[in-house]
Amino acid sequence: MLWKTPFKNIFSSLVLVVGFSSAVCTAQAAELGYPEKEELTFGFIKLTDMAPIAIAYEKGFFEDEGLYVTIEAQANWKVLLDGVIDGRLDGAHMLAGQPIAATMGFGTRADIITPFSMDLNGNGITVSNAIWEQMKPNIPRQPDGKPVHPIKADALKPVVDKYKADGKPFNMGMVFPVSTHNYELRYWLAAGGIHPGYYAPHKGDISGQIDADALLSVTPPPQMPATLEAGTIYGYCVGEPWNQQAVFKDIGVPVVTDYEIWKDNPEKVFGITREFAEKYPNTTVRITRALIRAAMWLDENNNMNRPEAVKILSQSNYVGADYDVIANSMTGTFEYEKGDKREVPDFNVFFRYHATYPYYSDAIWYLTQMRRWGQISEDKSDEWYKELAAKVYRPDIYQAAAKSLIVDKLASADQFPDFATEDGFRDPQTHFIDGIVYNGHAPNEYINKFSIGLKSGQKL
Amino acid sequence: MNAITASLSSLLKFRVPQVDGSFVGNAFQLVALPLLGILAFLLLWSVTAQNIDTSLGKFPGPAAVMDQFNALYGEHQRSREKERAFYQRQEERNAQRLAEDPTFDPKIRAYTGKATFIDQIGTSLVTVLSGFLLAVVIAVPLGITIGLSKTLNAAINPVVQIFKPVSPLAWLPLVTMVVSALYTSPDPLIAKSFLNSMITVTLCCLWPMVINTAVGVASIDQDLVNVSKVLRLPALRHVQKIVLPASVPMMFTGMRLSLGVAWMVLIAAEMLAQNPGLGKFVWDEFQNGSSDSLARIMAAVLVIGFIGFLLDRGMLTLQKLASWDKAATQ
Repeated sequence: MLWKTPFKNIFSSLVLVVGFSSAVCTAQAAELGYPEKEELTFGFIKLTDMAPIAIAYEKGFFEDEGLYVTIEAQANWKVLLDGVIDGRLDGAHMLAGQPIAATMGFGTRADIITPFSMDLNGNGITVSNAIWEQMKPNIPRQPDGKPVHPIKADALKPVVDKYKADGKPFNMGMVFPVSTHNYELRYWLAAGGIHPGYYAPHKGDISGQIDADALLSVTPPPQMPATLEAGTIYGYCVGEPWNQQAVFKDIGVPVVTDYEIWKDNPEKVFGITREFAEKYPNTTVRITRALIRAAMWLDENNNMNRPEAVKILSQSNYVGADYDVIANSMTGTFEYEKGDKREVPDFNVFFRYHATYPYYSDAIWYLTQMRRWGQISEDKSDEWYKELAAKVYRPDIYQAAAKSLIVDKLASADQFPDFATEDGFRDPQTHFIDGIVYNGHAPNEYINKFSIGLKSGQKL
Repeated sequence: MNAITASLSSLLKFRVPQVDGSFVGNAFQLVALPLLGILAFLLLWSVTAQNIDTSLGKFPGPAAVMDQFNALYGEHQRSREKERAFYQRQEERNAQRLAEDPTFDPKIRAYTGKATFIDQIGTSLVTVLSGFLLAVVIAVPLGITIGLSKTLNAAINPVVQIFKPVSPLAWLPLVTMVVSALYTSPDPLIAKSFLNSMITVTLCCLWPMVINTAVGVASIDQDLVNVSKVLRLPALRHVQKIVLPASVPMMFTGMRLSLGVAWMVLIAAEMLAQNPGLGKFVWDEFQNGSSDSLARIMAAVLVIGFIGFLLDRGMLTLQKLASWDKAATQ
């Protein structure tokens, strides 16, 4: 009987090999069918974090998938979202909150999904020179005389209080009601004791200024510096290069980056309609493959390709700002007050730390902020949060794309989360400016931790 | 109305006053004076530009704008090279796929790269001319009918008078929504953005042409009308032989006015709606906020002005060719 064992082993391993390779073949065939729709139009807003789309085009990653993509700049986030909904655009660089809010029905109601998260970090909060002069005395200094970072909104609070006492509104800009920037600005202000105001959609109030100390309003990203210069707003939260632009133009001072408000926060996503994903499954996976490759290229070898990426982004059909302005943040530094240039190596993260994987917990964080500020007017169960996140964030599509890249040897398995064990939730996040811990499994518990904001059971 | 259009049309062209009839005098008038004017303008421009500081740097002077013209042309050349490479790659890819999959029906897809400055000029010209021609097709017959019939004139005139002063840009949102609602082909042959711009242009071209044609037709010399009556010309022949030739000068004055307005409106509509064309180019550059942006916008401004001038001259030449009454078109 002894001879049988090795034979059996050889036999079974043979079966395994045959079985495995045929499984790979069928998997490959199933996942990598030809794209159903080859001519696509993608929208974007002029911000450096649209880079994965520009790189996938310029480096031929879209064409490698048999996709012929036209990339169009959009005037503002609303126009972009409408474009995706009415089919003028096949997909777009979106604010993470947009697909979530659309699916939920806050603002425009539409089924939009995301198979690909575009980046981590990348935003900053800038105040005008005049406000900065008033904030400065409240900020502790380092031995070399430069301000200690991160600067908290505590330093801004006396200024806002003074405006309030004088009966003058303190206006600030953000880019869209469900934008990362709105939540980041609110988070930073609230952490410093400044109330950014509630929304009450059930009463028809979508201005978000109920009980507000600072009045936040919408301005499209590229217009931020001009609006600040005109004095309509005293500060804003926006993505790059529009904070560095303020420094270059000498009209404002970036006080804090979103990296310091929440280290490695998820930011933009790539959004398509659910209908598109169902109608064109191969195309969807292929788009995701191209975008993953672009993100990998952007972070490759310790950001080695970034100067080339900056050159591409400075073309007038992409971001179009000057090379130097874009390079400041994209190559790992950030200039606060003029001359105060500091290292922020992770200012823009496109691939490392699993930046591109659509984690449910990222979507749930946005939902908690929507509830905190009243955009979701009533209590929801933890289950509701998870279900909604799972409707919008589609790791299944991402996994199909990633696995086929691994099969094609264009990526290795260790670059992605372990698909066999991960459950769509990042470990509890601790790096917030106010020290509060976020655990995506318990959204209601998280909401109740904030001193400013709606809590369980509260309704305006 | 006549007086207004006459004074407008004399404003629109530069008439060279005669000093003396000699050749030298003429050359001085025709070449030297305009050149002097342009030089003075360039000088004034470059001196003023140096003294205007914007947050994007100094206001661009003539030299900076010239540099940008070169840069824009260079970009256009590079884009054409990229386009060739794109088609080549596509053919290779199609051939490869055909080898793998014999049932594959290869298609050549249009170049996906960005539209260059020169492409945008082409787009704007095509849009304005299509919108204008559509307006001519509608306005001229309508104007003739109104001009011939006093009853119809009384009925339609109030509507025309109310719509005439509406800024055509106010139409843009309505046009956009209506086109989106009615034009729902999954694979449209004509882009929606083109239709939107074109219809907006048509709407603003319509009124001056209708009014001028109607006035032209209504004010035909009574002698001519009497001749037609004596000869007992049938209605169609009356229009063909008497009305049209007599009202051509006014009709063309209306067309020239329309085309001038159309060109201005188109650029604004493109800026507002982000429809392809020179207007979009200007707005994109403004949004870029690069240190070259202002010079590029200035380059576009010059091109827009120059094209507007050429369009007006073109209409004038057409008018001269079509009209028997040379005095009206001098």
